[in-house]
Amino acid sequence: MNYLYLLLALVLAPVLPGVVNQTKAFFAGRRGPGLFRLYFDLAKLMRKSCPRSSTSTWVFDLAPAVSLAVTVAAAALFPWTLDATAPCAAVGVVPFFYLLGTGRFFTVLGALDTGSAFEGMGASREVQFSALVEPIVFVVLGFLVLLTGETSFALLSGCAAGSWLAHPVPLALAGLAFFAILLSENCRVPFDDPETHLELTMIHEAMILDNAGPDLAYILYGAALKFTVLAAFFVALLLPRLGAAAAPVRGLVLLAGVLATGVLVGVVESIMARMRFLKTPQVLLGAFMIALLAILLFVLF
Amino acid sequence: MLHCSEILLALFLLSDLVLAAAGRLPQAIRLVAAQGWLLGLLPLLLWDWSAKGCPEFRLFAVSAVNAAVKGVLLPALLAYAVRRARVARELEPLVSFRVSQLVVFALACLAFLFCKKLNISEQVASELAIPVAFTTMGTGLFLVCARRKAITQVLGFLVFENGIAVFGAGILLEYGLVVELGILLDVFVLVFVLGIAIFQINRTFSSIDTDKLNRLGDVHLLHPHHRRHA
Repeated sequence: MNYLYLLLALVLAPVLPGVVNQTKAFFAGRRGPGLFRLYFDLAKLMRKSCPRSSTSTWVFDLAPAVSLAVTVAAAALFPWTLDATAPCAAVGVVPFFYLLGTGRFFTVLGALDTGSAFEGMGASREVQFSALVEPIVFVVLGFLVLLTGETSFALLSGCAAGSWLAHPVPLALAGLAFFAILLSENCRVPFDDPETHLELTMIHEAMILDNAGPDLAYILYGAALKFTVLAAFFVALLLPRLGAAAAPVRGLVLLAGVLATGVLVGVVESIMARMRFLKTPQVLLGAFMIALLAILLFVLF
Repeated sequence: MLHCSEILLALFLLSDLVLAAAGRLPQAIRLVAAQGWLLGLLPLLLWDWSAKGCPEFRLFAVSAVNAAVKGVLLPALLAYAVRRARVARELEPLVSFRVSQLVVFALACLAFLFCKKLNISEQVASELAIPVAFTTMGTGLFLVCARRKAITQVLGFLVFENGIAVFGAGILLEYGLVVELGILLDVFVLVFVLGIAIFQINRTFSSIDTDKLNRLGDVHLLHPHHRRHA
């Protein structure tokens, strides 16, 4: 059952950026590129050849494939039906986040390997942001471990089982902090603008300028999948009373929640401007405090 | 009433954290106004509806007056002062925004630990109210100390007063709300006077940076324009 939903998530992952783009198009009064644009883009890219610079090494050739593989592995770890007895329940959540981190590590290596100063700048920014996001991830995870008493993915089932009703305020704060993680990790608007092709503002896009063809398709699909997985984590964290439903219903609600998160991200992107680059650490620090506040409220009350 | 008051108090905490990092004055004023609205709602949410039934008219009146004065009137006055004084941001705070945020967080930790030791959970309407009140008061005092612009200091004073009001609402004094109204009048007059003072300071010295006021001493320095023409 779990693997069925994993398959569904793998197939549906490219819809999520489409949902975000359609929401933004709706707010801007445009028709938008359609929900399934990324599928067509991926099909087009897969048919193309893959030119590679003669100065780059095997690191650059391997990086997109490795980062996609690692992201798929992380998706496979995730309990898509929130089942406490799923095989992944024995695996901790920390490896899950480190798998996603490994994916980024290889994208950064590939960007550095091109020797382009521009891509180096993008890589540097990406690493800087992730270094600031990591403490937030661990504080939120620490809060969840305290809340449910589990260190594996069973903690999400614990959240779904109704701890929301017992501790709504700390959980809401943790959810808020996790939303900041979601936006920053997936290069969404207040932190990075996925639309832009202006060098001064690009972060993630700057790193993948030299990639083309199937390599670019791997990267785009990997990004969509990472977005889906983290959005699923966010939904599992916040949906109350989900644990009471049957496993198929839980899986479907989770996927529907992922699409709803896409709408939410689209709304945020439509009503907010991208932050000044120097302002970002301040906001991530704020998210870190909010996560700490969740622990504080939970421990002391 | 599923933990409504707790969510509201958590929002109060969040607004304290954001205020510590708010560099733009209109943004800071909006945050203080939001605190005013939250403060207006707070007594209604802390009221024990199921046990005591519908509260007296007095409670609604105090809520409405609180929200109107702290959520609309004073912020509008301060926004007017900001427009007249032509300042948009706090450029060089004495304590940087990041450190301010850390300080406010540390204040929150201290407040929570302190209230844990106090053991007053029987007397209060919501356990969260007292630590949030202390945190808000601390944030207000900190803003008064750590900012240069007179207008941010007035905002700090308002935040401090909001903290006192949360405290009053939290312990549900019998005539607490009436006393609150008296304090509200004082605060209103004070902010009104401060708003005029800021405008006057700005008109005379073309700046509302309070650090510059420390260096005054000579008649010539008091009126730079005057000296130029002399």
